[in-house]
Amino acid sequence: MLLERLSEAHGVSGREEEVRSIVLSEIRGRVDDCRIDGVGNLIAHRKGTGASSLRVLLAAHMDEVGLMITLAEDSGLLRFAKVGGIDDRVLPARTVLIGPKKVPGVIGMKPVHLTDNAERNKVVESRQLVIDIGASSKAEAEKLVQRGDTAVFATRYRSLAGEGSAWRTVQGKAFDDRVGCTLLVELLAERFPFALSAAFTVQEEVGLRGAKVVAYAENPDAAVVLECTGANEVPTPLDVSPSTRVGGGAAITIRDTSFIADPRLVELFASTAHRLGIAHQFKQPNIGGTDAGVIHKSRAGIPSITIAVPARYIHSPAAIMDLRDFDATLALVREALQSLPQALSSQGART
Amino acid sequence: MKETIKKLTECFGPSGHETAVREAILAELPRGLETRVDAMGNLIVHRKGKAGGWRLMLAAHMDEIGIVVTHVDARGFLRFGNVGGVHLLPLLGGRVRFADGTIGAIGVEKTDDANKIPGMEKFYIDVGAKSPDDCPVRVGDVACFHRTCEERGSRIVAKAMDDRVGCAVLVHVLKDLKECPHDLYVVFTVQEEVGLRGATAAGFSVEPDVALAVDITLTGDTPECAPMAVSLGAGPAVKIKDRAMLAHPGVKDWLLRTAEASGIPCQREVLVMGTTDASVIQVSRAGVPSGCLSIPTRYAHSPSEMVDYGDVQASVRLLLGALAGPIDIG
Ligand SMILES: [Zn+2]
Ligand SMILES: [Zn+2]
Repeated sequence: MLLERLSEAHGVSGREEEVRSIVLSEIRGRVDDCRIDGVGNLIAHRKGTGASSLRVLLAAHMDEVGLMITLAEDSGLLRFAKVGGIDDRVLPARTVLIGPKKVPGVIGMKPVHLTDNAERNKVVESRQLVIDIGASSKAEAEKLVQRGDTAVFATRYRSLAGEGSAWRTVQGKAFDDRVGCTLLVELLAERFPFALSAAFTVQEEVGLRGAKVVAYAENPDAAVVLECTGANEVPTPLDVSPSTRVGGGAAITIRDTSFIADPRLVELFASTAHRLGIAHQFKQPNIGGTDAGVIHKSRAGIPSITIAVPARYIHSPAAIMDLRDFDATLALVREALQSLPQALSSQGART
Repeated sequence: MKETIKKLTECFGPSGHETAVREAILAELPRGLETRVDAMGNLIVHRKGKAGGWRLMLAAHMDEIGIVVTHVDARGFLRFGNVGGVHLLPLLGGRVRFADGTIGAIGVEKTDDANKIPGMEKFYIDVGAKSPDDCPVRVGDVACFHRTCEERGSRIVAKAMDDRVGCAVLVHVLKDLKECPHDLYVVFTVQEEVGLRGATAAGFSVEPDVALAVDITLTGDTPECAPMAVSLGAGPAVKIKDRAMLAHPGVKDWLLRTAEASGIPCQREVLVMGTTDASVIQVSRAGVPSGCLSIPTRYAHSPSEMVDYGDVQASVRLLLGALAGPIDIG
């Protein structure tokens, strides 16, 4: 299954090659042309039916958050830096895979027997942690791992849903945004009224860098960013809503910290979901940001929206999502895009 | 022009929802100008120039700060997040207005420490609903602060003076402008308060030779405030620098020279916090010599922003003077 392969692929920001080659082999037969641009984005084109003269960009980022090796100590232990937004609290004692050779290691910390109470109540900062690959010396470590190599969590993709479960939950790393990449590959099998630019972008997690280049080069009339977004459902005593809910369907962004979705596109996706009975939800406003943050204000301005599959525990070693949400998101995007040209020509909807 | 200020400041227009402001501006504009609305909602007004004139962009933002609803609870109370830089202190006892006219009162949870300002998550809005079912507001709806525009003597106080006063100035520049050799693009921008987003796109599409933002700035003339050498009533301020921009020295001097030649009082502005649309237009494409004419404003980003009418009128005169002849930016 494609999502499984993409989830397990290595692709820390700046080192997206493995993800890109999987995507490339999947889409080759489906697109009219494709290229890899100067910063590593994979951009493919697919002609439309000719019913619309618009060019629409669909984008999903290939990169994931991870670690970068900065130094091998004399002892053979490795120092590292975080790449993208990772909470220090999720790091200790995790197993990781480093570099192109996928060298296994573990993020070391003092065992419980040797720590006192005060220590145990404090978060260990990432710069005080090391990765241990079992090397006996600096020289031995450097034979296996180079400074600048990136590391990902060693998490296998697996299904959690038991027999008879209402949910089809799966667990894995990098659902943010290999889920979007998988959606985009699937959507490339469709024929839309407009010409499609499909961009698998790099370096989203370190500042939306790849998408900025894509938007400038492709200069589309509208953009839809396909994402995996956080669902925080840890119970609280207060009556406050979660950002999104697993099992709640496709998450439509109205506004986040990076952009305000074009109201005509929000209306298009919401009404399509209603019309076809596709499960959907609105992501809580003012949280997070996506590639749409740079795409929408590229050149003379590009009407944009983000549609996401909700997942719990993103940016950690193991996220959990419901494949029913994936299916709902795929169905919603596929159907809504068919009427995107009409939606954009309705000036009146902008309020 | 007071009527324009009143009309525009009382419009509903949190970032991303500038339609009412745009329509009010369109209704005020003189006939015979080319207008278009771009993909983001910026209103771009074009006044043709003569051969040899410059392609000049003037920008004022239509949007204002406000709030966005993030949750409707079981009893019909609304939780909210900020749209732009919203101060917490003025929230309590304030009212907000939604696009459909719904008014909400802002309340706050009980606090353990009366000396600490609670975070935004402790505030809520009461629109008189008793449950989500009879609540006229949905998650994602935005609201502006609800205040009327009032005047006393030469002072005018209103919500959204930032930057409807700039919009009003540019509307009146377009009305009163006679001779102008320059190809003029007056842009009423969107989404300034959430990150100068509209001006980023408009700067690219207009591709000007020179650009000016017309926006508000802070003052240093109120009790125990942070020091700043700008006062209300001492004339418009020519920006030297703010947090994100160093004004092009030639553009700055052009404005200062114009003020001096026409006997218009004006001040020099060095702003520590904040910036304007000019900062992104300046770095658009291959770079644009840019500056900013600022209208001194007290209590910025509160529901009661105060300007001096004399400063506003002088801003119009200064711009009319600057646009009348050839531009020399050195
Ligand atoms: Zn993402
Ligand atoms: Zn402003």
